[in-house]
Amino acid sequence: MHNKLSKPAALAAAVSLALAGCAGAPGGGSGSSEITYWLWDANQLPAYQACATSFQQANPGTTVKIEQFGWADYWNKLTTDLVAGTAPDVFTNHLNYYPTYAAKNQLLPLDEFVSRDAVPTDVYPEGLADLWTAQDGKRYGLPKDFDTVALFYNKKMLADAGVAEADLANLTWNPQDGGTYEKLIARLTVDANGVRGDEPGFDKSKVAVHGLGLDENNGAGVGQQMWSMYALSTGWTYTDKNPWGTEFNYDDPRFQQTMAWYRGLIDKGYLPSLATARSGSSVNDAFGAGKYALSTNGSWMINAYFGHDGVDVGVAPTPTGPSGKRATIFNGLADSIYTGTDNRDGAWKWVKHLASAECQKTVGEKAVVFPALPEALAVAKETFAAKGVDITAFTKPLDEGATHLFPITDHAPEVAAVMGPAIDAVLTSQADPASLTQANEQVNALFR
Amino acid sequence: MTAAHPARRGDLRVALLFLLPAGFGFVLFYAWPALQTFYLSFTDYSLLAAPNWVGAQNYRAAFGDARFGNALLVTVEYVVINIGVQTAVALLIAVLMHRLTKSSLVRGLLLLPYLIANVVVALVWYNMLDAQLGIVNAVLSWVGVDPVAFFGETSTAIPTIALVNVWRHMGYTALLLFAGLQAIPKSVYEAAAIDGASEWRVFRSVTLPLLRPVLAMVLVLTVIGSFQIFDTVAVTTKGGPVDATRVIYFYIYEKAFQQFDFGYAAALSVVLFVILAGLAVAQLRLLRAGSSDLD
Repeated sequence: MHNKLSKPAALAAAVSLALAGCAGAPGGGSGSSEITYWLWDANQLPAYQACATSFQQANPGTTVKIEQFGWADYWNKLTTDLVAGTAPDVFTNHLNYYPTYAAKNQLLPLDEFVSRDAVPTDVYPEGLADLWTAQDGKRYGLPKDFDTVALFYNKKMLADAGVAEADLANLTWNPQDGGTYEKLIARLTVDANGVRGDEPGFDKSKVAVHGLGLDENNGAGVGQQMWSMYALSTGWTYTDKNPWGTEFNYDDPRFQQTMAWYRGLIDKGYLPSLATARSGSSVNDAFGAGKYALSTNGSWMINAYFGHDGVDVGVAPTPTGPSGKRATIFNGLADSIYTGTDNRDGAWKWVKHLASAECQKTVGEKAVVFPALPEALAVAKETFAAKGVDITAFTKPLDEGATHLFPITDHAPEVAAVMGPAIDAVLTSQADPASLTQANEQVNALFR
Repeated sequence: MTAAHPARRGDLRVALLFLLPAGFGFVLFYAWPALQTFYLSFTDYSLLAAPNWVGAQNYRAAFGDARFGNALLVTVEYVVINIGVQTAVALLIAVLMHRLTKSSLVRGLLLLPYLIANVVVALVWYNMLDAQLGIVNAVLSWVGVDPVAFFGETSTAIPTIALVNVWRHMGYTALLLFAGLQAIPKSVYEAAAIDGASEWRVFRSVTLPLLRPVLAMVLVLTVIGSFQIFDTVAVTTKGGPVDATRVIYFYIYEKAFQQFDFGYAAALSVVLFVILAGLAVAQLRLLRAGSSDLD
């Protein structure tokens, strides 16, 4: 009884204390202050901790407190903390979420600070910084890293199939017969009797190794590491314009043909069924366990793929499509400032430091993600190479102009809620690819 | 008689004092949020901006929402499998314990799955049941059974989730029923034995009727708990494949916390509240939970 009564009372006291603390804080730019910074990737924590240490040395009196939460908790906690007014001063932001937060006035526009301190925004790979300019024309984040998608492969399986690694650099793909890319996938698929997918007598009901792995995540309407590299290589685009498109193109024949081809791989036994892919383990675990010979995935997964014991892994760029170019989504994260921060200058200094060459190089040295600044990317490239990972397959599309920006629109969660089940239904053969036209109408209705 | 009045009033005061902590919690954590939800269900509310009154619009939308209907159906399928199997198994375990053993070790073992966090249970089963790497399918393949994608197949996903939760809750439910069984006087069993009744006949004519009030209470609680299935879905299938496991609570969660449509999510919660309240009342009536056959 005593406990039950005293807990809320203590809570109330703590809240009022916290409020009092907040009320007293503004204006106190000098003296000691603390900046809270959030990120979701535990693998990146050491790099940013190192950045925080160097920041604190350069700014005595200001401390940076880094907190890390898993991806799913991160956004729930951030949203509720924004409502409660207790959000972190600075946090790692994602393109899927920032338009909503920006539209609800939760993010501090950085334009004033950027022009005051003359922070260059043209030093990044093309388009990366523009992703963070919202519909109102204001900038809500400075890029910190970027990612692309490539094709991971099991070297031993390639050798067993008599395929040279060099051949993987020149794969072609089309939605009709899948090109040399599908031939490779068929060759790498092996049934329980050791018969390959391109040989007579192949039993697709008893596949031991699928040529290509299927991601355990629902790619919703983006399919970033699942099917975007095929669809985009046909010349198809998600929306009428990007960023801030208002018309989606899921009714385009090029998109629907791509999905029909992708589903065809399941029917042929080259790709596992959606049911198998969703039954418990992740695509990279199944790849590591030798269930898949190839697997498309993002650069953020490099360490996971190369971390499997006893599995010799390589990476190739995605295949060249009917447009004559290969394709990959080009996505990036940025750091944003909470509009309710009690220390705007301190928060900005920290964001500026995070975007600086110094901190970006520190991130590059840890070889976890690709830093946004080219000079820091060079550092990362060396560190990855020292670990035996050649990241050229991921950076090549940048040089070739084969990157496509992550689709940024309003209503992104609602679009995902419609497209996720709709694409599931196609891949499980419950619906035809033509059914995506109806889903497209539903999605476009959100913008009217 | 005259002395009884002050004494009673004294009781009331003491009773109120004892009710205070629970009452405080009830008002703060249940009644007030429930009223808030009721209000929000008539608004358009995105959490980050003030609620906007829209009248019954959310309710009209809910009745035209095919995915909401699907969510209700999926949830009902889950509850029927979950409660049906769980009650049968728990009853069997309880009767076996009652008739065969009073060992506290057995009782402790039965409770073990319940002591593991829901999310942990879900994730462990999720990994064990994987079609390619799971141990269950490895065992099945030794006896010549093709791998089954328990969580991945639209037809097996809900039964799988329902049975995983049966595994976790059956021991706990069995113990509740066991406590009910112990309240049945020994004399009626002795009388049945003298009459030469078979074990099945004893169960049907003595145990079941006399256990009814406890069974009714357990059913009401477990059914309502079962309708609130959320965490197992949230950490495994996330509503998929397609909409196969998009249970009502998960759908409400997606609307509120992923799509920021709190007004609509509140309306769905109110509809669910009405359904559950109606269900509880109907159950209590049907099972005559208030009266016992023991008198």
